[in-house]
Amino acid sequence: MSRMLISVSLGFLLLFGSFALSVAYGVTSIGLPDVIQSFTAFDGSASHYIIRTVRLPRALIAMVVGGSLAVAGALMQALTRNPLASPGIFGVNAGASFAVVLGIFLFGGSSLSVNVWFAFLGSAAGALLIYVLASLGGGLTPMKLAVAGAAITALLTSVTQGLLILNERTLDEIRFWLAGSVAGRGMDLIVQVLPYVAIGLLAAILMSKQITTLSLGEDVARGLGQNTALLKTVALVTVVLLSGSAVAIAGPIGFVGLAVPHITRSLVGTDYRRIIPHAAVFGAILLLIADVASRWLINPQELPIGVMTAAFGAPFFIYLARREVKRS
Amino acid sequence: MKGWIAVRSRVLPVSFRLDRRVPPVLVGLSLVTLAIMVVDVGVGEYPIAPLEVIKTVLGRGESDHDFIVNTLRLPRAVVAALVGMGMALSGAILQGLTRNDLASPGVIGLNAGANLAAVILLVLVPSLPIQWLPVAAFGGAALATLLAYTLAWKKGSSPMRLILVGIGIASLAGAITTALITFGPIYVVSQAMVWMSGSVYGRSWEHVRQILPWMALFIPLTFGLARHLNALHLGDDVARGLGSRVEWQRGLLLLCSVALAGASVAVAGPIGFVGLMAPHIARRLSGPSHEGLLPTAALVGAALVVGSDLLGRVLFAPYEIPCGLITAALGAPYFLYLLYRTRKA
Repeated sequence: MSRMLISVSLGFLLLFGSFALSVAYGVTSIGLPDVIQSFTAFDGSASHYIIRTVRLPRALIAMVVGGSLAVAGALMQALTRNPLASPGIFGVNAGASFAVVLGIFLFGGSSLSVNVWFAFLGSAAGALLIYVLASLGGGLTPMKLAVAGAAITALLTSVTQGLLILNERTLDEIRFWLAGSVAGRGMDLIVQVLPYVAIGLLAAILMSKQITTLSLGEDVARGLGQNTALLKTVALVTVVLLSGSAVAIAGPIGFVGLAVPHITRSLVGTDYRRIIPHAAVFGAILLLIADVASRWLINPQELPIGVMTAAFGAPFFIYLARREVKRS
Repeated sequence: MKGWIAVRSRVLPVSFRLDRRVPPVLVGLSLVTLAIMVVDVGVGEYPIAPLEVIKTVLGRGESDHDFIVNTLRLPRAVVAALVGMGMALSGAILQGLTRNDLASPGVIGLNAGANLAAVILLVLVPSLPIQWLPVAAFGGAALATLLAYTLAWKKGSSPMRLILVGIGIASLAGAITTALITFGPIYVVSQAMVWMSGSVYGRSWEHVRQILPWMALFIPLTFGLARHLNALHLGDDVARGLGSRVEWQRGLLLLCSVALAGASVAVAGPIGFVGLMAPHIARRLSGPSHEGLLPTAALVGAALVVGSDLLGRVLFAPYEIPCGLITAALGAPYFLYLLYRTRKA
């Protein structure tokens, strides 16, 4: 357990570092003393104002989104016992994108705050549909969840794409959102989704022991006296809470939910009591760094953060795949 | 053995056995596919009766039908059928090799590579003529999968490593594609979106000539390798124990998979879902043995894509929906129905 303490505190140190970097870095350069003063002695100056209303919410959002996606991904991979699973396979991204695009298509214009609700409801509806379909005909099995998820995701994605092709204006309006972004979100957004994220993270940590057992296989878990049906349902609700919140605030950011659990597993082993807290921290770090890079690379414009998460995560992911996977 | 048909040739050194379900399934699927193709050719702005379509294709129809059927609509239907076969077989090979239900040409980076090459061509070098699009897409697909295979090589290949590395490559390529799409001029971007959803709109005999050699070479080769795919599907150790030259056969099968999907993507864009679902549907119809599974998957794929093209043209006429968007809408419900009817997972 002491090793865990060390690694988690090391993680938090890194997290704090990238958080500070994210808050301090930007088009207007603001010195670190100023950053600290904006919290300790707010004087209403422009730089203090930028820190408090622009940079801080943005960094917090990146952190919350990254952590949520990573934990949701870890749960999905444990539930399906499929290393290709991610929150996306549970329909959350496809459902959210579909709902947001449909909203713009039907009601014309959009705003970030409306998109949030469309996205959250869409992701929940997508997940619910997949859950119901996968539970039909004799209980929920990992294989049915993966396959029903893939089918419904493909279905929703194709309808979304169809709407975008039929309507160029919608495409133009939404393409930045669809790539995933944490720009221009205010503090009020975090406050709206924070309860869901908090409940989700807490639940994930509380059931991490049972998840580890379940990841050994359904039969083993049942043999050890586990109510697997209940556990799976609770875990899936948690996935929806976490990834639904993430996609609601930041759009469908891919790859974090898939790659971070793998990266975490290769560093801390297969015990979900260790994986879940670590994944949360690593996910948050990845998104914070990706956000800084997305602002820095083509300064003063910015890239969608989803592009940067893949650009950072993918090489590392490939490296790990090479190092870790020895046999099929 | 009950339930199996052994096929031996006295002349050729060939023998294989089929699940007893396979021959009727293959005949049925062929008829269904042909029927859909006939309807697909007949339907349009200028409707032609099915019987007339068949006559015209055989060269005995009215002369004013000849242009519409043989020049405009037939090549499109043929491309759709070939593309469906290519994607479905590619997916079946990959699912067999990796033993993963979610494997499809997309997971080894193929679609993403083709997309990236196409979007680069459309957005960054718009001066290049559009005829280069298939070449670029094929190049992108081949390069991405080659990169995945090379990076996944470590004293031998491993399907799991290949998939994971492939996903890494796919997300990198996807990220660059997204960046280009986010900042490109909107009219080019919407053109790229249509290509990326997969469509056989306006395909001519020229496209048939481009894709046919690949199919003619690699489809028979794939069928010939079915027995090896069966062995590899049991895992490397078992396959080696059965006397398989694992690396060599896996490499050959992967080559088939990439060539088939790459040629398909080149002429029609990355038509989604077929490579993932057609093998699953085929498995429910003719069992897990690849001698029967591969041809069944090919026919299911052909029927899916031709049927989707037909629906895409009819549903919102005169608007056309790219068939890559319909494949999912059409295939998903049927696929789910099969999944629950058999009730085993």
